This record gives sequence, C-alpha cells and structure tokens, in this order.
Amino acid sequence: MTLLEISGLEVAYQGRHSAPRTVVHGVDMTVGPGEVVAVVGESGSGKSTTAHAVLGLLPGTGRVTGGRVLFEGRDLLTLRERDMREVRGAGIGFVPQDPAVSLNPVRRVGDQVAEALLVHKAADARTARAHAVRLLGEAGLPAPDIRARQYPHELSGGMRQRVLIAIALACRPRLVVADEPTSALDVTVQKGILDHLGTLTREHGIAVLLITHDLGLAADRAQRVVVMSQGRVVESGPADQVLRRPEHPYTQTLVAAAPGLDDGLGPEPPTESGAADRRIVAVQGLGKDYPLPDGSTLRAVDDVGFHIDRGETYALVGESGSGKSTTARLVLGLESATRGRAEVAGADVTRLARSRAGRAELRRLRRRMQVVHQNPYASLDPRLTVAQIVTEPLRAFGIGDRAARRDRAATLMDQVALAPDVLDRRPAELSGGMRQRVAIARALAPGPDLLVCDEPTSALDVSVQAQLLELLTDIQHELGLALLFISHDLAVVRRVAHRVGVMRQGRLVESGTADEVLRSPRHAYTRDLIAAVPGGARTALRPRT
Amino acid sequence: MSETLDPPRTAEAADGDGAHGATPADRSGTERTAAAATTDQPWPARGKDAVVPPRSARLRGRARGFGTFLRHRPGLAVSLVFVAFVLLAAVAPGIVAPGDPLTGEPADKLQGPGAEHLFGTDQLGRDVFTRLVHGTSLSLRATALAVVVALVLGTSLGLAAGFVGGVVDDAVMRLVDVLQAIPRLLLSLAVITALGFGTTKVAFAVGLASAAGFARVMRAEVLRVRSAGYVEAAHACGVRPTGVLLRHILPNSWGPVLVMAALEFGVAILAVSSLSFLGFGATPPTPEWGSLVSEGRNYVATAWWLTAFPGLVIAATVLAANRISRALDTERGDDR
Repeated sequence: MTLLEISGLEVAYQGRHSAPRTVVHGVDMTVGPGEVVAVVGESGSGKSTTAHAVLGLLPGTGRVTGGRVLFEGRDLLTLRERDMREVRGAGIGFVPQDPAVSLNPVRRVGDQVAEALLVHKAADARTARAHAVRLLGEAGLPAPDIRARQYPHELSGGMRQRVLIAIALACRPRLVVADEPTSALDVTVQKGILDHLGTLTREHGIAVLLITHDLGLAADRAQRVVVMSQGRVVESGPADQVLRRPEHPYTQTLVAAAPGLDDGLGPEPPTESGAADRRIVAVQGLGKDYPLPDGSTLRAVDDVGFHIDRGETYALVGESGSGKSTTARLVLGLESATRGRAEVAGADVTRLARSRAGRAELRRLRRRMQVVHQNPYASLDPRLTVAQIVTEPLRAFGIGDRAARRDRAATLMDQVALAPDVLDRRPAELSGGMRQRVAIARALAPGPDLLVCDEPTSALDVSVQAQLLELLTDIQHELGLALLFISHDLAVVRRVAHRVGVMRQGRLVESGTADEVLRSPRHAYTRDLIAAVPGGARTALRPRT
Repeated sequence: MSETLDPPRTAEAADGDGAHGATPADRSGTERTAAAATTDQPWPARGKDAVVPPRSARLRGRARGFGTFLRHRPGLAVSLVFVAFVLLAAVAPGIVAPGDPLTGEPADKLQGPGAEHLFGTDQLGRDVFTRLVHGTSLSLRATALAVVVALVLGTSLGLAAGFVGGVVDDAVMRLVDVLQAIPRLLLSLAVITALGFGTTKVAFAVGLASAAGFARVMRAEVLRVRSAGYVEAAHACGVRPTGVLLRHILPNSWGPVLVMAALEFGVAILAVSSLSFLGFGATPPTPEWGSLVSEGRNYVATAWWLTAFPGLVIAATVLAANRISRALDTERGDDR
C-alpha cells in the first residue's frame, strides 16, 4: 500500500502572452508509509515544482496539465480548495526552504505553531498554547516555553527551521514534504536538524519526501532516491543502488561532480617559481572590531595570521559569522582593520586604507589583487555588456586603448572557456555558471598576482561547481596566481586548497596543509565540521528494519 | 549539461507576436534557431562560427514587441496619441490651427461650439481652439522647464546625500524636509514674489517646489544600489569613486526617478496653469492654458465652453502623463 502515488504529473507555467511552457513532464514516483524518499536534481529540474504541485501550492500561473496525485487513495488534483486545506497540515506537512522568510515576522512563534493546531481542530483555544510549547520542545528548541513567546527575528536560522518543523509536524501528518529544508543553514546546524527530523518522523511513522540538490545528503537520509533533470525522472531506486551504481548518464555526471571528502582529488602541488618575490600575502595579528548598539564590541576577526605564496591556494573555512569573509575584505582593503597588518605584494593594505594618500596607492595596488564574489547574480552590473564588464578594470587603470582592451577581452573569454559572442550579451542573458566565468575574467583582466575567491561556487549547481573549480585550478597553474579561497564547504576546499585555515568566531583555530587538516584534524571544531559533511555517515533517517 | 541560458531577448519579444501573423512568427523561428546555435553548445567549444542575430533584426524584434505591448493596453495607446498631438500643437501650432489666436471677429463673439468654431469663441470673437493650440507651446515649455529644474536639482541633491552620506546626507535631507513641509503652491507663490512675474519664473518656482520629492526618491535608490554587489565589485576592480558613481550607481538608480518625472509632468502642468490662472504667468493677450481658464471665468454662467474646454485639455494631458508614467513604472518589463 503506497501512501503517495504520483503518476504522469505534468505542470506548465502560462506566460502572460505566450504559449504555456511545460516544466514537469510526466513524473511518476511513490512514497510508502514511513518511507523517506529524496528527490535530487539541479536548479530548474522541476523538483520543487513537483513538490508544490502535490500540495496544490503552485505559484502564480503554474497549472497542473495532466496526471494524478493519489494520497491515501484520493486524487488531490480533483479536490476542491476547501478539502485540500484539510489535507494540507493534517495529512501532508510542509517544511519550506528558507526559514528567514517563511515565518510571520509580527507573530510570536508559539502562536504560529498553535495556529496550525487550531486550524485543524487538533487542540482548542485553551490547550493550544501548552501543546505548541510541547511541540517546540519536541522539535529540539531549548527552553521552548521562552522561545514560544519570542518573535522570529529573535531566533537564529536553525531555530527558525526547527519552528517550521514543529508547525509541519503539529497535526501528526502521514507525510512531510521538505523542500531543501537545510540548504540555507551551516553544515553542523544542518546535521542537527536532519538528525532530529529523522528521529521524529521515525518515531511517529511519518513518511518524508525530501527535496534536495545535495547527493550526499540524499544518500545519508533517504531509503529511495529519485533523480530529476529538466522536468523528467531520469532514474529512481534504492539510495545505495542509484548513488553507487548510477545507470543514467545524467546521474553519473551528477555523482561524479558531487564533491566528497574521500575522493582523493587534491590540487596539484604549487609550481616553484624560485623568484625572490614569492610571498604574495602576509597577514599578521589581523583584527577587526565592530561596535554593537549596546556599547560593547564584536570581535569579527581576532588575531588572524597566514601567508600565501605565488601559485599557492590558501583556503579559509568556517561557518557563517566565523569572520572568514571579513578577513578577505580586510586583505582587499575594502574594510579597515582595527589591529594587525595585511601585506599584499609588500605593501601594507591595512595602513594604506587609513589615510587619504594611502587610498590612492591602494587603488593602484588593486591592479595586483582582484576578487571574485560569491553571488554572480549580484556582482555584475545588469546594464553593462559583458565586454564592458570584463574591460572595466582595464579602463579604471588606463591600460591599453579601446582596440587593445577589446582584444584582451576576447583572450580572457578564451581563458575562461566562454564563446566570444558572449561579449555582446548582458548578464541577464547568461546562466549562473557563465556569469561566474565572466566575473573571473574580469578579475583576471589586469593581470593580478592575488585572486580572492569569496565562496565562488556556493550559488551554483554541483556540476557547474565542479567545472568552475577545475577552471580556477587550471588558470592558477597557468598564471601562477596566489589564491585566497573562502568557503564553508570542506569538500570544495579539498579539491582546490594546498593549505587550509579553519576559522571560528573570528579566530583561526587550526591551520596547516590540506591533508593534515582534513585527514587528521587536531581541533575538536574541525572534527565536528568534517563529521557534519553529508555523504559520510549513513544512519540518521534510516528505518528500523 | 546544465549550462544553458535564456534565449536572447529578441526571440522572447517575438514570441508574443506569433498569434498575430504568420510572417513574424516565421522570422522569429529563424531567430530562435540562430540563438539555439549559440546556446546549445556546451561552453568548452569556443564557438568561432556562432551566429548572433544582426542588430537590425534585434531592433525589428523590439519594435514588434512594442506593438504587441500597446495592443494589449488601449488606454496607454490613446494617451500616447494624445500626448503626441499636444506636442505637435506645441511645436507647430500653425499646422493644427491655422487661424490667428490674437485677432477675432467681434461679430462672432461668444458663439457656442460648432462646426466653424470647434470649441466656440470668446467675448472678442477669438476662436478658443486656436488660442488653446497656440497656448500649448508656452504652457508645455513652462511645464518642461519646471520638471527639468526639479529633476536636475532634486537628483543632484539626492545623489550627493546618498553617495557621500554622513553630515552631507543629514544637511541635505533636513533641507528637503523643510521644503516638503511647506505646501507646494504656497512655496511657488513665495518664490515668484521674490523673482517677479513671467512664464519662465513661474516654471522655475514650480520646479524648485517639487525638487524635494525627487531628492528623496533618488537618495533611497542610491542607498539601495550603493550596497549592491556590482558596486563593491567595481570598487574592488580599482574604479575611482566618481567612476563608480557615474557608471554604476547613477544608471541603475535613475529608473524610478524618470518615472516620477513623467508623473511630475502632470502635476507641473496643473501647478503652472494654477499660477497663470492666478495671474502670475503670461500677460494678456498671449494665450496660455491657465490664463484661458481664468479669462473664461467671467462668462462661466453664459459661455461654459470658455472654461470647460481649456480645463478638459489640461485634465486630459495630466491623465495621459500619469498613464504613461504608470506604464514606465510597472509594465515596462512585463512581457517584452
């Protein structure tokens, strides 16, 4: 007996004056009672659309154009909205993707959990509050009676996601649809939440439809995996079989592209140039304080020291708020340091950033240090063409005339493996991976010695990420760049870094070669980080057999 | 592989036209193929033989897209036609109304609207339509000047406040607060009293009084754009602060301000007309929209057309300007 049976599901989005565009083509999948099924795919594969279609929550102009969604024998697609509301919450719970925007900011979280109970008459007005506190405690929130009286902005991202889980499980549904429930959270928080969700659903025999882009996570948490690509199911079966012996070529590329800690793919050793100016970056005792509204100070960066040689990659790893991005901004002179020195090519950036004359010199120094930002959707000016974007640093430093710059742009396109006709396009016409290539081309334009990459692949799909990392290491090898690589993802770091520094609460807790740090971590925090990377343990959500 | 991209805009713009005729649809089909030739290659192929639609085809696609855009919005089309007609009257009044606005036939005085005199005649036998058409130029020039003054002054203030920040921001925005606290017409009256009478001075006064709104909108936009990723990226590239301001911040923040300028155009017509109605504008017998309404006031009981028609033209122009402004604001990117 299956709990949820989707057969031949088709979903189309209706453009305002254009023909409908079908984004889900005949999807079939089933979920048994108490079973955990992961739907894996890259962005645009239709996995979230499928989940929303099951819940009858398609956004805007989305319409189901064919197929059936049977839940406990009833076809959800034929239900009236009123009956559908009975199913949502009571029969199927939903854990949305982004905890930052999924809670009502002006209501206390306890009331929001109680609302779910009241709507489905699982409790009356008197008992709802106490019931809500119990549910919050069950979802793993410490001191739930205090949390229940707080507003969402007073909670951290992980706590908010726990509140959303409490709401989804409030009426003891038979199925929970979790749409990328932890992709906005740090790995250690993610692990805690998924472990807890696994325990809870197992205890109550709740089935889980887990939507995720992360293969490792799917392997850890699900019994069965469904792989989607371009609106179609390309492969499905037991998690072990699909991920260890993938049959479909798409699944094979996906598995090959997914970074893991134990795939042994380290970068080539740095090239020895033997030149006198080998040391590109030298950071000593670097610190940055931010004043807080209550008069105290936040030590965002505290006594950080490292160095990077030519042709070498140094990775700073840590969770959000660990100070790794701030450190990069200090090295780039985009913020002024409170303490310490950061030398780039022999000039002290922290000193230059302080005086007016220094800032002019700092601007000239920028020719030798360039940056690739995290989000390629934000870091390119939407009004400029790619050619204008790529030649911007050349214009700024007055390098070459128009024709020379145009030539340089064409060379750079070649270097980042983009077709030359991309030069005439605008960022909106490019995909995320192509945009990030444009950003890399822009950074390479003035011929820098140091490239700072601030989470360059965290906004991209895994297969694109793998290609970009390869590109970065190739370019580094070719040009002998020093790379400062900021990332929260240990598996990515494993692929590119020669040496690694682990940051926590502004301090560098461990530093050494990539092998030392990732294979035999000395600090407890590094060990926690490594343990939390999905794809390792395969226990939490597994069923009792 | 997952590296695909949206079809170029031309193909999208042509989409909507498919229903309206076979030829454009066919042509959009060929463009689509040309686009596909560039997009379907995985990017390691260097694409030396890639085809890009020529510029003229892109422009044709845009024009067709605009046609579809208008067909779905008849109100906007009417507004555009009306504004075009008003502009024609302003530039070449002789073509629209060949008569003389200043001399009349006393025998024909105070005639109602009819075939010979479309909007009737006034107490001196002058054709109201002709006077209205010949007054357009003066009224519109004053309005345009008012909007330009407000735009330039307000935008510069807002840009400075938003970009420099700190003390400059505080000082400029408090000045703006003061300007906004005084009713606009009253402020304009005060400025005119200081400057003296005349259409140009009226325009300047109206512009000064509405600069505050522009400054606020511009500052808000600059604050939004200033924290955008590409602005920091430009700084990190080594672009000078003035370069960042002119090349990145200004072009990305003036959209809402231009929309506001179109909206302000309607308000300014009213303000300029109000001031010339009160007698601060053109001296008689020069025709001007506001003063036409004012002159007709004495005959409102016997000759309603003297006030009604100039009033309706003012109202229609304001409405058309508002409709166009709304289109610029919200509907621009919808289905193009």
